[in-house]
Amino acid sequence: MGAGHGGALATRYLPGSSAVHRLEPHLKLVAVLAFAVVVVATPVHAPWAPAAYGGYLLAVLTVAAVAGVGPGRLVRGLVVEVPFVAFAALLPFVARGPRVEVLGLSLSQSGLAAGGGLLAKATLSILAATVLAATTEPRALLRGLERLRLPQLLVQILMFMIRYADVVGGELQRMRVARESRGFTGGGVRGLRVVAATAGTLFVRSYERGERVHLAMLSRGYSGTMPSGPVAPADPRSWALALTLPLAAAAVLLTGMLLG
Amino acid sequence: MCNKVRGVHVPDGFLDPATSATTGALAAGTVALALTRARAELDDRTAPLAGLTAAFVFAGQMINFPVAAGTSGHLIGAVLTAVLVGPWTAVLCMTAVLLVQAVLFADGGLTALGTNVTLMGLVAVLVGYGVFRGLAAVLPRTRTGVLAASGVAAVLSVPAAALAFVGLFALGGTVDLALGTVVSAMTGVHLLIGLGEAAITVAVVGAVLAVRPDLVHGARGMRAAAVLEDRRPAATGAAR
Repeated sequence: MGAGHGGALATRYLPGSSAVHRLEPHLKLVAVLAFAVVVVATPVHAPWAPAAYGGYLLAVLTVAAVAGVGPGRLVRGLVVEVPFVAFAALLPFVARGPRVEVLGLSLSQSGLAAGGGLLAKATLSILAATVLAATTEPRALLRGLERLRLPQLLVQILMFMIRYADVVGGELQRMRVARESRGFTGGGVRGLRVVAATAGTLFVRSYERGERVHLAMLSRGYSGTMPSGPVAPADPRSWALALTLPLAAAAVLLTGMLLG
Repeated sequence: MCNKVRGVHVPDGFLDPATSATTGALAAGTVALALTRARAELDDRTAPLAGLTAAFVFAGQMINFPVAAGTSGHLIGAVLTAVLVGPWTAVLCMTAVLLVQAVLFADGGLTALGTNVTLMGLVAVLVGYGVFRGLAAVLPRTRTGVLAASGVAAVLSVPAAALAFVGLFALGGTVDLALGTVVSAMTGVHLLIGLGEAAITVAVVGAVLAVRPDLVHGARGMRAAAVLEDRRPAATGAAR
């Protein structure tokens, strides 16, 4: 279950008041995106690439430490990577090119470098994104996206989704409890029909709720846009602070390119 | 609700920056088009209805459906959403779900967001819906026809997205792979996943058709339901 305000979508949020928490959300989004771009731009087959990954890791772990995001939280964030670990582990076996012998297995050299590089890049970006999600509330993130000029309509759709995800999820949960208290155990094609009926009902209820919400909004004067308060421009110090992470990463990349 | 691994999203670093930028531009164009077209589908109800449908897709991806012989699958939902609310709204819903997963759950890289929207929004929704409309035009306009069309569309949408990913990987991947092996492996695995997706899609569309057929966008051309009629046995009628 989701903890506190914001519900299931805010489970990754870790309340706090560190410098990272206080930064404007749109600056954090820009910083994480820029960091990911630098990480992705690192050439996989360069001999200095592993050292660069180490440098990035140091930078991102420093930010995590400043933000008070513990190692447990970071590791749990990495769970999403699991399917790609399998893919990356296959690469040394299926990639072409010169082969090396490791523990009696014939592995592709370029596949090894590529698989390791993919894993390192994905891991680093997920770590940065985990810190972002842990230090920013969902609604603040949406405001950040709005300030980054995401289309109004898309921002509104996201807003509704975030506000109602818990309502819809709760409905699903209650239907599951009702189903199981009537002796449903699932399995087999008949089980599929029962669960599908649940999902169908969930869709009908969600859609009808959307219609009611729309009428309620119209009666309160909704005209197609949401009112939002005035926004103060971010001051240069916040920009400098936010860009520390991507700039540190870029410095590592440049050093590698010049020395390597 | 609990958080578990939902779907497989391309993380950062799988494709080179040029390919990521290209798919990003493609995704931005698709979403911009979908924003205007969805307004035509739903007028000013777009935001609440698409938002609630996105919340439904998000919740629906967490349901474990028993599929066959003890296996269970979970929904990707591209074709299901397109058949239920129309293709452009479905593109917006899938984009919203992917954005939330990338930003709030670090699931799917930020630089790969364009790639993920291209695969799950553009390819899965539009290819799937194209197949659906093509079949729906040929098949009889009945409940069975609509269900058969959405089933076939759902089967094909999954390998279509997987093959699009392989294509992108061949263009902008960072590894030199034997393409033939990857294509056959990905197609085989994803056809199986597609069968599960189709079973779920058909069952859910059928459930909604049974309750609120008017809400199913893809069934708009369906023949009107039989009018209620009084069917007394002929003998009783004669006695009167």
